[in-house]
Amino acid sequence: MADLETFRAETRAWLEANCPAEMRTPITRDADVCWGGRKAKLSEAQRLWMDRMGGRGWTVPEWPAEYGGGGLSKDEAKVLDSEMRRIKARSPLSSFGIWMLGPALLKYGNEAQKKEHLPKIARGEIRWCQGYSEPGAGSDLASLRTSAEDKGDHYLVNGQKVWTSYADKADWIFCLVRTDPSVAKHLGISFLLFDMASPGVSTSPIKLISGASPFCQTFFDNVQVPKENLMGQAGKGWDIAKYLLTHEREMIGGSDSTGGGMQGGVSQVARRQIGLDAAILADTGLRTDIVRHEINAWAFALTMERVKDEAKAGQGVGALSSMLKYYGTELNKDRMQLLMSINGSDGLTWEGPGEGEGDLARHWLRSRANSIEGGTSEINLNIIAKRVLELPGA
Amino acid sequence: MALVLTDDQKMIRESADGFFKTEAPVSQHRHLRDTADATGFDRATWAKMAEMGFAGVLVPEEYGGAGFGHVAAGLIMEAIGRNLSAAPMLSTAVLGTTALVAGGSSEQQAKYLPLIAEGKRLFALAADEAARHNPAHVTTTATPSGNGFRLNGVKGFVLDGHVADTLIVAARTSGEDKDKDGITLFLVDAKAAGVSNERRSMVDSRNAARVTLADVQVDGADVLGAVGGGFAILEKILDAGRACLAAEMLGVSSESFVKTIDYLKQRDQFGQKIGTFQALQHRAAHLFCEVELARSATLRALVALDEKDDRASLFASLAKAKSGEVAKLATNEGVQMHGGIGMTDDFDIGFYMKRARAAQETFGDIAFHGDRLARLMGY
Ligand SMILES: Cc1cc2nc3c(=O)[nH]c(=O)nc-3n(C[C@H](O)[C@H](O)[C@H](O)COP(=O)(O)OP(=O)(O)OC[C@H]3O[C@@H](n4cnc5c(N)ncnc54)[C@H](O)[C@@H]3O)c2cc1C
Repeated sequence: MADLETFRAETRAWLEANCPAEMRTPITRDADVCWGGRKAKLSEAQRLWMDRMGGRGWTVPEWPAEYGGGGLSKDEAKVLDSEMRRIKARSPLSSFGIWMLGPALLKYGNEAQKKEHLPKIARGEIRWCQGYSEPGAGSDLASLRTSAEDKGDHYLVNGQKVWTSYADKADWIFCLVRTDPSVAKHLGISFLLFDMASPGVSTSPIKLISGASPFCQTFFDNVQVPKENLMGQAGKGWDIAKYLLTHEREMIGGSDSTGGGMQGGVSQVARRQIGLDAAILADTGLRTDIVRHEINAWAFALTMERVKDEAKAGQGVGALSSMLKYYGTELNKDRMQLLMSINGSDGLTWEGPGEGEGDLARHWLRSRANSIEGGTSEINLNIIAKRVLELPGA
Repeated sequence: MALVLTDDQKMIRESADGFFKTEAPVSQHRHLRDTADATGFDRATWAKMAEMGFAGVLVPEEYGGAGFGHVAAGLIMEAIGRNLSAAPMLSTAVLGTTALVAGGSSEQQAKYLPLIAEGKRLFALAADEAARHNPAHVTTTATPSGNGFRLNGVKGFVLDGHVADTLIVAARTSGEDKDKDGITLFLVDAKAAGVSNERRSMVDSRNAARVTLADVQVDGADVLGAVGGGFAILEKILDAGRACLAAEMLGVSSESFVKTIDYLKQRDQFGQKIGTFQALQHRAAHLFCEVELARSATLRALVALDEKDDRASLFASLAKAKSGEVAKLATNEGVQMHGGIGMTDDFDIGFYMKRARAAQETFGDIAFHGDRLARLMGY
């Protein structure tokens, strides 16, 4: 414990000295989120902050130091997190490499792959995208058809992915491909890593209902992928895919913008926008809706805290990632709808002269994807029914 | 304190689970109801609960109690909820003890706490006066008389009031109805002249009494806490009760859930187990998540009470609201997914729905606690 206090003091001092002032202001625009990568357009402060944190491995505090991580214990990572929150420091780097590929690489990658890819993720040098979904393979992901033919020293990849978030901005892709069409669908899948600059890769953006185009169709036309870019064994990609999904789901369900840590957030906005009348919110109907939401949001945040504590103590709830994903995203959709209601007709603005006008409507619309991306709510309920409740035929 | 059970608490959970399953199972509850038992619970079981340390779970060790704290009390209540065990655990071990610990003088504590731990004296909280919970609504009067006060008024919904030896009465010594100031708590002997009670057996087969106080003379020494300052103590008593009721409802929810999942795996229709129907699978999976949320909120409230966290009221309201909502859902779904058999008196699931309803109403439902929570959070 004394060590932890020393660590806290040192961390506090280091953050104080190294976190640029601009990086202590709230994130208000999409461009404020730092994704890294070769094509990143970063402000000077963003770059400085990412480089400094990446240099210490604190972009990925719990990864082993030998792979560019911070090598921190869970408790130390918690201290770092609380010290960053204390000064309202922004996250130095957001990436699919950190949330999704990294954990899978640590578990399934070979030594050369870990040495090659993990440090670049940690330092924000390479930005990754996720090539899972296809036009004919969404919830039924294992029916995917993108093929990878064994050509001796390389695989020849042909096919199409869809809904590939940030494919046009990413440097590399982790991609599910079919290496063996002759066996049962789950058994013929492999997990490939390759450069999006490879000849034969092309992307075309798709516009969302929220107006932005963060995701793409991705086409592979005779793309040559060196054999050493196969992660795990050929035909064993499905296990890796599922393992990665559990991380993705916990991340989506548990992030601050979805369920976690939001207690009181909605009512604070309501107080500001609507005001109080005799010490209670001036709109009593909405007040009831808000408090019902906050009861759930709080109970959910406590559940995240509890399962983390239980995991530390070696116990745990089954299908945890599905539960967090399902409940957290449904909560977030509810939260965004409430924020729209609180803002009334102001919330409807799409374009306007002021700074940030139209953001709320866009965020509301974007939130509808939370319960679709990374596995739909229905699919996560199926998983709970099967794994935890062990219901027949689930 | 982390939101995990310590090894000691896990042992208490195990012993409570084992105890209530064998000593006070649902069949005992059914028997008490069928025989319209005058006490409403089994006194021999209560004596054993005292031996197990359950009756004195909140009584400090110096007064002969186990002093295990609120998390432990919650685990006992959860086991009670799972088995629908009838016992004066809430009225005496939780409410009675908290009243004395929070507001009692050292004489009062020394006099009563050991008796609670030994299971030898039963308490009942006589606070509510209207059908909807509202603790500041106190019109029962306490007017100075002799070296004490004279009490007049009517209290409804006094849990275990028909058997209690001592009543904890909230009466007004000053101020207007619904003022928080001016409420005083009294320890009143249930056999004192002028105290009468009318037993009501409720939908869940538990008992509550309507207590009438007609010129009941009490001593200055029977005042609990400061004259006029009873509301703060009452809130502490109620918050402990609310957190423990949340735990009991968690037990009700989880047992109702387990029984329902079992049934989904047994019952055949259309040539298959009904658990293969996705419409039911999804509702069951959703309910699973809800029970987990109720568990977290409940544990947080109990931990807050043990830590004397200044947000204990807030967490008690959160737990009572959430666990109540989930108990309603779990028992409604329980009856629905059992089909016709779920509606029969022979089958136990209906008992869970009845208990969930009564426990939800006790000391404030989700509407009450939603409002309280919003006020505590400044809106
Ligand atoms: C914003 C956004 C970003 C995304 N980013 C990526 C990405 O980066 N990479 C990537 O690979 N993919 C990505 N996706 C794709 C996402 O994973 C899929 O959209 C998702 O898995 C659902 O597949 P689908 O769209 O084909 O819907 P479908 O599978 O066709 O589902 C349609 C509806 O049917 C329901 N349904 C399907 N099967 C069942 C069943 N068995 N039981 C009950 N209901 C069922 C679904 O729940 C849904 O409501 C993204 C999606 C969105 C919206």
